[in-house]
Amino acid sequence: VKPASFDYAYCDATDEALRLLAQHGDEARVMAGGQSLMAMLNMRLVRPSLLVDISEIKELQYIKSSADYVEIGAATTQAELEVWPHLKRQLPLIAAALPHIGHFQTRNRGTVCGSLCHADPSSELPLCLATLGGHVVLQSRRRKRVLPADEFQLGLLATAKRVDELMVATRYPTARAGFGYAFREISRRHGDFAIVALAAVVGKGTVRLGVGGVADKPTVREWDKLDESDVPDALNDFAWDLGGGDDIHATARYRREMVRRLGRKLIEEARRCAS
Amino acid sequence: MLSENSDGARDTGLSSPRNRKRYVGQRVLRVENPALLCGRGQFIDDLPAKPGTLDAAILRSPHPHAEILSIDTAAALARPGVRAVVTGQDVAALTDPLIVGFATPMQYRGIAVDRVRYVGEPVAIVCATNRYLAEDALDHIRVDYRPLPAVVDPIAATAPDAPVLHPAVGSNVVSYREFRHGDAAKAFAEAPRQSEITISYPRNSITPMEGYAVVAEHLPDSGGYDVISNFQGPFSLHPVMARALRIPGSRLRHRSPANSGGSFGSKLALFPYIVVLCIASRIAGRPIRWIEDRLEHLAAASAAPNRVTRVEAAYDRAGVVSALRLTHWDDHGAYLRAPMPAPIYRMHGLSTNAYAIRNVEVLNHILVTNKCPTGAVRGFGGPQLYFAIERMMHTIASELALDPLDLIRRNLIPAGSFPYRAAAGALIDSGDYQRVIDETVRQGDLQALKQRRERARQEGRLYGIGYAVAVEPSQSNMGYISTLKTGIERERAGQKDGAVAAATVNIDPLGGISVIADSVPQGQGHQTALAQVVADELGVRIEDVVVNLETDTQKDGWSIAAGNYSCRFAPATVSATHLAAVRIREKLARIAAPSLNVSADRIEFANGKVFARDNPDNAVSLHRVAGQAHWSPASLPDGMAPALRESVTWSAPELTPTSAGDEINTSLAYGFGFDFCGIEIDRDTGEIRIDKYVTSHDCGTILNPGLADGQIRGSFAAAIGASLYEEYAYAEDGSFLSGTFADYLIPTAAEMPQLDLLHPVQSPSPFTRLGAKGIAEGNQYSTPVCLANAVADAIGRSDITVPLRPAKVLEWIDTAEPPRRHAAAPRAHRASGISGTGFARVNAPRPAVWSALLDEDVLRRALSGCEYLERVEPYAFRAAVDLGVGPVKGRFEAQVGLFDLDEPRSAVLRGSLSGPLGAASGNGHVELSPEGEACRIDYRYEIHLSGRIAMIGGRMLEAAARHLISEFFRRFAASSAGTQPEQKLHIAWRKYLPTWWGGRT
Repeated sequence: VKPASFDYAYCDATDEALRLLAQHGDEARVMAGGQSLMAMLNMRLVRPSLLVDISEIKELQYIKSSADYVEIGAATTQAELEVWPHLKRQLPLIAAALPHIGHFQTRNRGTVCGSLCHADPSSELPLCLATLGGHVVLQSRRRKRVLPADEFQLGLLATAKRVDELMVATRYPTARAGFGYAFREISRRHGDFAIVALAAVVGKGTVRLGVGGVADKPTVREWDKLDESDVPDALNDFAWDLGGGDDIHATARYRREMVRRLGRKLIEEARRCAS
Repeated sequence: MLSENSDGARDTGLSSPRNRKRYVGQRVLRVENPALLCGRGQFIDDLPAKPGTLDAAILRSPHPHAEILSIDTAAALARPGVRAVVTGQDVAALTDPLIVGFATPMQYRGIAVDRVRYVGEPVAIVCATNRYLAEDALDHIRVDYRPLPAVVDPIAATAPDAPVLHPAVGSNVVSYREFRHGDAAKAFAEAPRQSEITISYPRNSITPMEGYAVVAEHLPDSGGYDVISNFQGPFSLHPVMARALRIPGSRLRHRSPANSGGSFGSKLALFPYIVVLCIASRIAGRPIRWIEDRLEHLAAASAAPNRVTRVEAAYDRAGVVSALRLTHWDDHGAYLRAPMPAPIYRMHGLSTNAYAIRNVEVLNHILVTNKCPTGAVRGFGGPQLYFAIERMMHTIASELALDPLDLIRRNLIPAGSFPYRAAAGALIDSGDYQRVIDETVRQGDLQALKQRRERARQEGRLYGIGYAVAVEPSQSNMGYISTLKTGIERERAGQKDGAVAAATVNIDPLGGISVIADSVPQGQGHQTALAQVVADELGVRIEDVVVNLETDTQKDGWSIAAGNYSCRFAPATVSATHLAAVRIREKLARIAAPSLNVSADRIEFANGKVFARDNPDNAVSLHRVAGQAHWSPASLPDGMAPALRESVTWSAPELTPTSAGDEINTSLAYGFGFDFCGIEIDRDTGEIRIDKYVTSHDCGTILNPGLADGQIRGSFAAAIGASLYEEYAYAEDGSFLSGTFADYLIPTAAEMPQLDLLHPVQSPSPFTRLGAKGIAEGNQYSTPVCLANAVADAIGRSDITVPLRPAKVLEWIDTAEPPRRHAAAPRAHRASGISGTGFARVNAPRPAVWSALLDEDVLRRALSGCEYLERVEPYAFRAAVDLGVGPVKGRFEAQVGLFDLDEPRSAVLRGSLSGPLGAASGNGHVELSPEGEACRIDYRYEIHLSGRIAMIGGRMLEAAARHLISEFFRRFAASSAGTQPEQKLHIAWRKYLPTWWGGRT
C-alpha cells in the first residue's frame, strides 16, 4: 500500500492554500490531520496530483466562542478541542462524543473540520453538527460563504464544498439554558466506526434526534411535541425511514433496533439534563 | 543421532549445588526487551539490502474464481523503474508444484497459472527499483479473466453440482478418511441416551505486527538461491521448497533474522512466496525484496481452516459418555499446501479431549473452497475440535439437567492413570485434572460467581456461566500427518515419527558462552529461557550467556522438525539445549578434574567457578578451564576432542509412528487447562460483557513464570478476538470483505477483560528433560467455547456460533421486530450481492426514453466520468469510466449489454466493471411506464463486487452502489428528456451476446 505519486505543498497562510486550490481545482486535496486521507492515499482510493497541507497554518488554529456559537478553525485538532476548558459547558454534546472519535492518538492529528469535510456517514462530528444545527465556513479566493450543516453534507463522502473552497472554520451552536444534550454510540470496539451513533437535544418542548451510521449521512428528526407515550412509535417510524443496510458488522435490522432502543434512552437522558 | 536414549536416565535439572541461584523457574526479565522496547529490533525491512535489490509488488486476483485467458505485461514492463514482470506461466516453466503430504493431482505453485481460485491470489509480480514504482506498474498489467461460479461454504462445496475448484481432482473433497477407535457403533446401540449437535467454527487468524518479508537472490554460479525471510518453520517445508525449485536442499540457503514481529502460526505459509520470489530473482537477475502489506496479509496470507462438525454422543443417565462420533468438514480454502491438513490430524489423538471415552469414530472430509488457503494459526486444530466437544458436554448437561461441571468431572481421565493412552492414540504424559479443577473452583471462587448469576437472574438480567477443559498438546510428532493415509499408503511411503530438535552450546577461549538453536522465535522470549537453562547448568550469570537464534540452513544444525510451532519450544528446543549444556559441563568437569584433584562426578559449577563439591574453596575459574580446551589440546584427557562446542540433536522415543489401527500419539507432552467464566448480555444491544474470567493451566515445570503468563495472556487476548470479534468474512459470491483492520477486528487493550490466571498444579512431563510442556496455545482451545457455553447458559440456546457479534446475539434473544406502521415500499428481495431498487422520472414520452436507453450519446452523458463509450454489438457497449463517490475514484473498464428487450416496456441490463480497485458484475431490470406525457423508470439491481474495493469498502458499499446507480438514472433522465425516438436496430443480437457475455450474471 504505497500511494501514487503526488506533489506536496506545505502552506503557512490561508491565502497560499486558496491560491493552490484555485489553480489546481479537482486535482488538489486538502490535508489537515490526514487521518482518513493518508489511508485513502495509500490504498490508492484517491489520487490527487497535489496535497495542500494546511495543518500548520497558524491563523486556522483557534477555538473562539461567541454568544451563539463556538467557532473552530480548520487546523484545530480534535485533541485541542478535547482539552479546551469550556468544552463541557459550552459544547456538552461534543464533550460526550469526542472520546468515541477514533483513539487519542488519531485525535492528536485529526482535525474537527477535516472530519466534517471527509463526510463519513458514521462520523461523530458531522452528526453533532447536524443535530445542533451548526454551520461551516467555506472560503475561496473570491468569496466566503456560510452553509448550514444540512446543506453542507450531501451524502456518502460528499459535501457542497467546491473544489476551489477551503473549509476555514466550523461553528457549533453553544449550549442553551433549558436544553439537555446526550450522545450514545454503538461500535464493535472502542474507537471503531459507529454502527449507530445517536445525538439528542431536548428543550423548550422540542426533541431533536440525530442518527449517524445508518443512512448515507447524519439524519436529524425534530418533533415539536413528543409525549413519553409517543416516543416508541415516533422512533419506530424514524428507524424505518432511515433505511440502512447490512454489512459484516451489523444488519439493517440491528441498526433500526438501536435507533428504537437507544434513541428512547437517549431522549430520556437529554430530558433529564434539560430539567 | 544423539538421542535421549543413549543418555539413560533423564536429568530433572533439579539437583541444586550449593551457593547457587537457579534461573529456571524464576520470573527472569526478558533479555530481548531492551532492544525491542527501544526500537532497535532488527527485522527484515531494517536489514541492509545488496545494491541493485529490486522491490516486488504483487498483482492479485480480484475474482474468487476465474479462468485466466491472457496476461499482457508489456505496458507494465515499459513503466519507469520496472525490471521484470513475472507471471504464473514463467514460474510454472521453472518449478515443480509444491507437494503436500499425500498423493493428489491438485497443483499448487504459490501463483496462479491458468485459473485463479480466491480473491487475493497472486497473478503476476512486478520487480522494480522501488515499491512505489512497482505498485504503479501493477495498474498496467492487463489480465483477461473469465469468471467462474464460486463456492465458499464447506457443505455447499460437497454438493454434486458445486463448482469444482480443481478439475484434475474432480471433487472439492480432496481427502476423506474414517477412523474407528474402540467400538462406537456398539456403544451407540447400547447407550440409553444420545445427543447430536452441529457446530460451525469460523475462519480466523491471529495477525502479527510484521507481515511476511522475503529477500530472495538467485545465485547463477551455483544454480542455487540465497534467501532471508521470516519463515518460521517447520523446516520440513525446506525440502518442499527445494524440490519445487529443482535443486538439492543444500543449494537453498535460508536464513532467518534475529527478530520477527510475531507470527502466531501465520509465517508458516510464507514458503510458497519464497519459491515464487526465487524464480522472480532468477528472471530479473537481481535480488528481490518483498515486504507484505496489511491488505495482502489479511486477504491472502493464511487462515485457520473453518470447520463444520457434527458431534454425536452416546451416554448413560448419569451423563457418563461412552462414545463420540465426530464428522468433520474441514475447509482449507483454494489449495491444500503443506503441511495442511495438519491441524485436524494434529488433534486426532486427542479426539476425546480430557475424557476417558474409549469409543470414538472420526470422519474427516478435507475440502477446498474459493477462499484463501489455510495454514498454521495458534491453536492448530484445537479450537475447532474442542468447540465441538465442549459444546456437546454442555449440551448433555442441559439434556440431563446436570451441572455442566459435574458432567465434566464424571468423564475426566482419572487421576493416577497417567501416562494415559487416549482412545485415538495420544499418550497423555502426566496430569491431575481433578485437582486442577478443584483448586481452580476454590481459588477462583466459583461459588461467589454462581451467587452473582442468581442475583442477576432475579433482576431479570441475562447472565450465564460457562466451563471448558482442554488438553494442551506440545511438540508435534512428525508422523501424525501420515495418519491421513491408509496403512498401506503409509507403508509404501516409509515410516514417519519423532521430532528432532537441535542446539549447540559453545564456550570460547575467554570463557564466553554462546548458544544457538533451531526454535526461530517470533517474540516469545526464547533467548531468555535458553540463557536461563544454560546459565543454571554452567553456574554462570544469565548475562554471561549469549543466545543467537538466527538460523542459516547452510551452517546450522537443523532437521525437519525445526521451527516455531505447536508449542515445540519448551519440550523440544529446551531439552536439546539442556542436553548440550549438560554435555559441555561434563566435558569441563573432566578437564578440571586433574587440577582439582577430584573425580569429575564430584565437581560442581557456580558463580563462574568450577569447584570440588566437598570443598568449594578447591576451585578454578570457568574461563581458565575453557581456555585450556582451546589453547592446549595436548593437556586434555585422552580421547577428548579439543575446544568446547557441543551440538546436540534430540528426539523422544514416545513419538511413535501411526499404528496399524490409526492410533497416533500426535504430541510429546500434554498440559491441561480449565476455564470458567461469567458473562452478561445487554438486552438492548446484544453486547456481551465478560464479568469474570478464570483460567488455570498445568504446563508441567514452568521455566519462567513471566514468559508463561505472557503466553497465556497473549493467547487469551487472541481468543477474545476469535470469540467476539475476528472473522475473515466472505460474501456468498466469494468476494472477500475484511481486508483492513476496520473490518477484521482484533481486540485492543480497551476490549480486554480482567483475567484471573492460576497455576494450581504442576505435573512435570516425564518425557521432556526439564519436565516442561508447551503453554502458548491453551486459551485458543478453551476460551471461545467457554464463552459460547456461558452464552448458551444465559439464553438457553443450543446453536451458538462465534464471533459473538452483538447483532447476531440480539436476534437470538429477540426474534420479532416492530413492524413499520405505515405501508411503504417493501425492501428489495434478498440477493447474494448488493441489491436495491429505485425510480426516476423523465420528461419525455416512453418511446423516446426507450430509444435513449439504446443511444450511445445519452448513455455517455448519463455516465459521469465517462472517458469513452462505444457500441460493440447492437445491444452491447464498452466503456471506460471514472467511477466513485466523493473523492474516492477509480478508473474502470465497463461492458454492458441489454437483454430480454420488450419494447418499450422493459429490459434487463447485465454488465461488468474491472479496474485496479476491483471488479464488479451485476444485472438490473428496467421498466418504463407512461405517466401522462412523461415516463417513469423503475429499476432494481443486484451487484457483486470483488477485489480491493470490496475488501476495504465494507460498510460503505451498499450506500455507494445506491448512490452511483441513482446518479446514473438521474443523469439519464436529464439527458434523455428531449431525445427523439430512433430507428429500431434490427440485428440478431441474441446470436452474439451470450458468447460474448460469458461472465457471471
